[in-house]
Amino acid sequence: MQKFSAWSLLKEAFGGHQGWKTQWRRAEPKAEYDAVIIGGGGHGLGTAYYLAAEHGLTNIAVIEKGWIGGGNTGRNTTIIRSNYLFNESAHLYDHSLKMWKDLSQVLNYNTMFSPRGVMMLAHTVHDTQVIKRHVHANRGNGVDNEWLSPEEAKAFCPILNIEKNIRYPVLGAALQRRGGVARHDTVAWGYARAADALGVDIIENCEVTGMIKNAHGAIEGIETSRGVIRAKKVGVVAAGNTSVVMGYAGIQLPLESYPLQALVSEPVKPLMPCVVMSNTIHAYMSQSDKGELVIGAGTDAYNSYTQRGALHISSHTLESICELFPMVRRLKMLRNWGGIVDTTPDRSPIIAKTPVKGLYVNCGWGTGGFKATPGSAHVFAHTIAHDEPHPINAPFTVERFEEGNLIDEAAAAAVAH
Amino acid sequence: MLVIHCPYCGDRPELEFSHGGQAHVIRPKDPSQATDAQWAEFLYLRKNTRGLFAERWRHVRGCGRFFNAIRDTTTDQFVVTYRAGEQPPASVVGGAL
Amino acid sequence: MSALRSPKGGRIDRARPLQFTFDGKAYVGFVGDTLASALLANGVHLMGRSFKYHRPRGLLGAGSEEPNALVTVIRDTARRTPNLRATQIELYEGLVAQSQNRWPSLQFDMGAIANWLSPLLPAGFYNKTFMWPRAAWHALYEPNIRAAAGLGTAPSLPDPDHYAQRFAHCDVLVIGSGPAGLAAAKTAAASGARVILCEEQSEFGGSLLDDRNATVNGQAASAWITDTLAVLGKNPRVRLLTRTTAFGYFPHNLIGLAERVTDHLAELPDGKPRERLWQVRAREVVIAAGAIERPLVFPGNDRPGVMLASAARTYANRYGVAVGRRAVLVTGCDAAYEAALDLVAVGAHIELIVDVRPKGYTPGPAEKAARAAGLKIQEQSTVLGTEGTLRVSRIKIAAIDSNGVIGASRSHACDVVLMSGGYTPSVHLHSQSRGKLVFDDALGAFIPGKTAEHSHSTGAAHGVQGLTALLRDGATAGAGAATAAGHVATPIMHTGVALDGNMAGVPGVLPQATSLPPTKAFIDFQNDVTTRDLALAQREGFESVEHIKRYTTTGMATDQGKTSNLNALAFIAGQSNRRIPDVGVTTFRMPYTPTTFGIFAGHARGDLFDPVRKTPSHDWALARGGVFEDVGMWKRTRYFPQAGEDMRAAMDRECLAVRNQVGMFDASTLGKIEVVGKDAAEFLNRFYINNWSTLGVGRSRYGILLRDDGFVYDDGVVARLAEDRFHVTTTTGGAARVFAMMEDYLQTEWTELSVWITSTTEQWAVVAVQGPRSRDVLKSLVSDMDLSPEAMPHMSVAHGHIAGAPMMLFRVSFSGELGFEVNVPARHGTAVWEAIYHAGQAFGITPYGTEAMHVLRAEKGYIIVGQDTDGTMTPDDAAVAWAIGKAKPDYVGKRALERPAMKRLDRKQLVGLLTVDPQTILEEGAQIIASAGQTVPMTMIGHVTSSYYSASLKRSIALGVIAGGRGLVGQTIYVPMPGRDIAVIVSSPVFYDPKGERING
Repeated sequence: MQKFSAWSLLKEAFGGHQGWKTQWRRAEPKAEYDAVIIGGGGHGLGTAYYLAAEHGLTNIAVIEKGWIGGGNTGRNTTIIRSNYLFNESAHLYDHSLKMWKDLSQVLNYNTMFSPRGVMMLAHTVHDTQVIKRHVHANRGNGVDNEWLSPEEAKAFCPILNIEKNIRYPVLGAALQRRGGVARHDTVAWGYARAADALGVDIIENCEVTGMIKNAHGAIEGIETSRGVIRAKKVGVVAAGNTSVVMGYAGIQLPLESYPLQALVSEPVKPLMPCVVMSNTIHAYMSQSDKGELVIGAGTDAYNSYTQRGALHISSHTLESICELFPMVRRLKMLRNWGGIVDTTPDRSPIIAKTPVKGLYVNCGWGTGGFKATPGSAHVFAHTIAHDEPHPINAPFTVERFEEGNLIDEAAAAAVAH
Repeated sequence: MLVIHCPYCGDRPELEFSHGGQAHVIRPKDPSQATDAQWAEFLYLRKNTRGLFAERWRHVRGCGRFFNAIRDTTTDQFVVTYRAGEQPPASVVGGAL
Repeated sequence: MSALRSPKGGRIDRARPLQFTFDGKAYVGFVGDTLASALLANGVHLMGRSFKYHRPRGLLGAGSEEPNALVTVIRDTARRTPNLRATQIELYEGLVAQSQNRWPSLQFDMGAIANWLSPLLPAGFYNKTFMWPRAAWHALYEPNIRAAAGLGTAPSLPDPDHYAQRFAHCDVLVIGSGPAGLAAAKTAAASGARVILCEEQSEFGGSLLDDRNATVNGQAASAWITDTLAVLGKNPRVRLLTRTTAFGYFPHNLIGLAERVTDHLAELPDGKPRERLWQVRAREVVIAAGAIERPLVFPGNDRPGVMLASAARTYANRYGVAVGRRAVLVTGCDAAYEAALDLVAVGAHIELIVDVRPKGYTPGPAEKAARAAGLKIQEQSTVLGTEGTLRVSRIKIAAIDSNGVIGASRSHACDVVLMSGGYTPSVHLHSQSRGKLVFDDALGAFIPGKTAEHSHSTGAAHGVQGLTALLRDGATAGAGAATAAGHVATPIMHTGVALDGNMAGVPGVLPQATSLPPTKAFIDFQNDVTTRDLALAQREGFESVEHIKRYTTTGMATDQGKTSNLNALAFIAGQSNRRIPDVGVTTFRMPYTPTTFGIFAGHARGDLFDPVRKTPSHDWALARGGVFEDVGMWKRTRYFPQAGEDMRAAMDRECLAVRNQVGMFDASTLGKIEVVGKDAAEFLNRFYINNWSTLGVGRSRYGILLRDDGFVYDDGVVARLAEDRFHVTTTTGGAARVFAMMEDYLQTEWTELSVWITSTTEQWAVVAVQGPRSRDVLKSLVSDMDLSPEAMPHMSVAHGHIAGAPMMLFRVSFSGELGFEVNVPARHGTAVWEAIYHAGQAFGITPYGTEAMHVLRAEKGYIIVGQDTDGTMTPDDAAVAWAIGKAKPDYVGKRALERPAMKRLDRKQLVGLLTVDPQTILEEGAQIIASAGQTVPMTMIGHVTSSYYSASLKRSIALGVIAGGRGLVGQTIYVPMPGRDIAVIVSSPVFYDPKGERING
């Protein structure tokens, strides 16, 4: 792999940057691989990378129906945090957060991970109770998360409106200082380049059209728009399209795919030093390195594969943003887009083996998948390599829904009374 | 914001409706006879179809009634709406059911 | 008047000069000018700095496609609007504009050092470096990159302006008012259709305003526009909107329009919104959005003074401004020759016209006219570079021989360079609607293909050219749209006469002598993306156009690639030997142009952000200094502090009053649902976990509701008012969702049941009167009921009157004391509240709020669903399994409770928690561990759900959930806080009056 560094950049500058090599090969699909990963997003490319780097599986391919990183990896608002309530989630997301810290160096690709701090606002007494429960549970798990008074929150994010006369005043906030943002595309590209260097074939514009099972029902390979590819192990990491792909193997999963919108403002000079989220009034905002305010909220109301959302949903998001940050009202929306997020009934992912031998699935990340990219990929690679889950993803089975062992972060924040 | 044809009230904006998930999911008549797997299927397994999808809507800020619709989830265009308890016209069932 | 301003012509009012400043320097323009045209008339071309390299930039265009001339307009500190295009800012008296992204000045910008370092800053440079040392990215590199990035500066104060929103319906929405749009609107309106015509600019007319000589039906174009608008304006079914951008095409023909209402005014009128969002539901949409000229890509094509030929036409014909005195036109498009003729007409000298097309093409009408006018034309040539520091001063031209070899460079002095690579139809809205695009080889651009919504692209946006053809295409589209909307329409045809230069163009990147010219040739001006960047991305294996866009940021600036996308595609195609349509296009997304956040938020600010629901005692409580909390949309009184009291003191006093005398509490927020019908009891049996068949008329019972997944969803008291009539109460937050869930089961699962439900939350005002003297208080107000324990036992309900109001009286207690809940029709709520307060004075009545209510119920171990439970608890977990009607064959959630995980013994169970130190109050949400001194990660076995100081017990109390907690009663567990573990003894959750005797008074 051609080393990326300030020195190599300088050296190439003298040669007019003619010496840079392809970041990943344009691989033609081979007839057979040891393992195939379906889905060329961050999670899928990362899985391939860790299979190659940590488990010695290098005769593998990543199959992507469009261009890598073109799904939710390239459409999200890049918030990274690990202050989840339940042990299972905290362990998974903190595993990931720890990997984010070194990811640029591991991949030799600047993912621009910026631990700017993620602040979640409390607007009601109930919010305060729920958020403090998180703070205490996180402390017990060694996950940093601290409670701030409104004044402390404003000191951390000076443009935050903590006036008492707004409709839902800020009563406090939880701050995870290790949380932050990264540059989404670089995660896909960085993993692709590093995996490619280890021999992984990255096959774009290749759509899966079927799955092949043997007489015993074990996976034998896949059918694609570019022919049959044989493999004894197939990992599906297809996000919003997981239901469609798993359907080829005759497996129905508890998933529904919803539109999730995001938008950015025109670039402005630095204004927002951190990430602020509010679950009560449904909005979150950060500022990218380029200067764009990056804004998002919850999913749209009905399942859809259109990769776009409704005007009234993004309007509502901006109502909240303008209430929390009233000086941004004159700024302008530059671009709005939608992703397709696959959600499970308990809003936690499924990272598991399936009833089909050799077929593995990593899905159901809902609105929160980007932050988990390295950790998810890492434990999924382990699961595929060992045909056995890593202890961190062991609870994230499909069977939990039948058993009732849900990992329901959303329900834990239930609003009632 | 979609325009949704309520079978009782006619065309109305989406703001008047709430989405009710997949249509024709039937609660077992005698749940005690259902296995854990069957119960999980009733609770959690949905088709998540890419294409024509049978779904429920409720005209919550109108007549209050539930009804069914066939919508193409790749375009968000409705093919037909029909009353709860009815089956969709055979001509449009396709893979929606 | 400036020498650059023509003495007459154009659409400005030379009799009305306007003073304005740019970067502090005073200038004069005229009514009708934009900031851009006024600055040009003053000889100012330098208006901005580019994003990455801080290169000096002038105007490229004259409309919303402008990538370079972004400025900040400042009315006052709060009304500071960054990133406005000078081409769209209408001049007003006293306008103050500032350039952006430069320091210390536009002329001398330190940031331009990035331009000198640019060899080190190719596309994606930040992916390759800033990784060492590890911590430096966040600490050092990123802050510096951020400071250099960004364009304008956001205001520091809240925006004082307001924004409005309107919904509208019409048969035909016409977007754009050039010849095609006007013809479409005229035809559609004539058919009787309801028409909305919107125009992005300050006046209607579109490209007709840029043409000196055009006529329609023998009339000067401007006169035809006036006449057409007069006809449309008189039609009550037509709405005309200028300064209104159609920014988004949403499913089912919903179009978002952004109308700019006051930005062009010197004095802000009272009561007018700054901008207005229109959400138009149109049966049919006519997209007549025109076409945008493309720049040519050659070294130094970004120097101030190098601009689009069409822009020079607009400035000359519409504003009477010569963009320079000595111009060179470089073109691959016939229509651009018209610009040369127009410049001559405003007194400029055309130094040279350079046609970059290979010989052999058929000259178009504009070229012929230019030749006839004797303008000097050099054929089959290319541009090798430009010179000049803050303004172009020379251009280097070279001929290309028949073998494609580039000849000697020849330099020409000039003060402006016009360029044209042809026109790109504005297919944005068509594409947003998910319509397909097809590549038109003759035009060299994409045009609309198959539509996905009810839309009709027309005119230049449809790839049509020639004035008569545009008028006809527009009329045909207007007729088609009106017909599709149910009207009988006949196209109203016009004949236009204009020079009709051909708009077809060439791939924008001009041939160069070396593959790597020493000077940058820009594709995306604002983001400083050059041909070298695109080549690098391809060299590094980025093949998909989406990848190249993201890697180089081409097309991602505030102009969203309006002038650059096709040139980028053409370059990529050329490099990879593909056709442009094979490279593909990136998805067009809303908004068409950047759109103010304010219009999306509209009036939703302050109290209008979300409706406020107030209880009958709200104003009374407010007048007495009550402190409120938000619960859902409700405002509930949290406590009633007296002089000098903090929350704790007020709570203690309120609690003791209830325990010792009597208190009153506004419980009106509880959800109420009336369930009526012969199967009402059966329905409730199936719905709630309890058995309702045994509930007698006039009696009530505490009910628990699960979802079918077995988890506690809601609770409340249910009273049987008659055999077939129940009054169901829900939690405050649960009212709407419980009602919706009832409807769901009734309408779709149990359709055989004869049951009607009605939400009555707002119909009833509820005053809880609780405490040993509660009966006495009510007795003094109620004369037509027997309130004795025998007549009204605990959990009974009866009807009567109170203070003249009809009353439904519940004997019920959420405090553990003798208690009643007075339900009266909401209109009597305030009066009854005050009557009870006055009557209660004799008994020491004390109003109390939600805090005291919480303490009182916690002392009794009564749970709050949503606080002591979350969405993961079963009835057994919450210690309410006693309520289950065990003989029932089914109820919602019953089957799920049989799942293995639901029956585990180590599920978290509700218990009481007593700190060893009675004065220590646990924090709600604090975690519980079995043994002290644990290190991270701790084994957390539960958490504290409710925690208070109990004034009655003179100690702290808490509720919590602990794994297998009921088996731990009497044992010591710990609550780990920073620096210490608090010892706590597990107890029964009932702390006060465990035998429940006080409920009988």
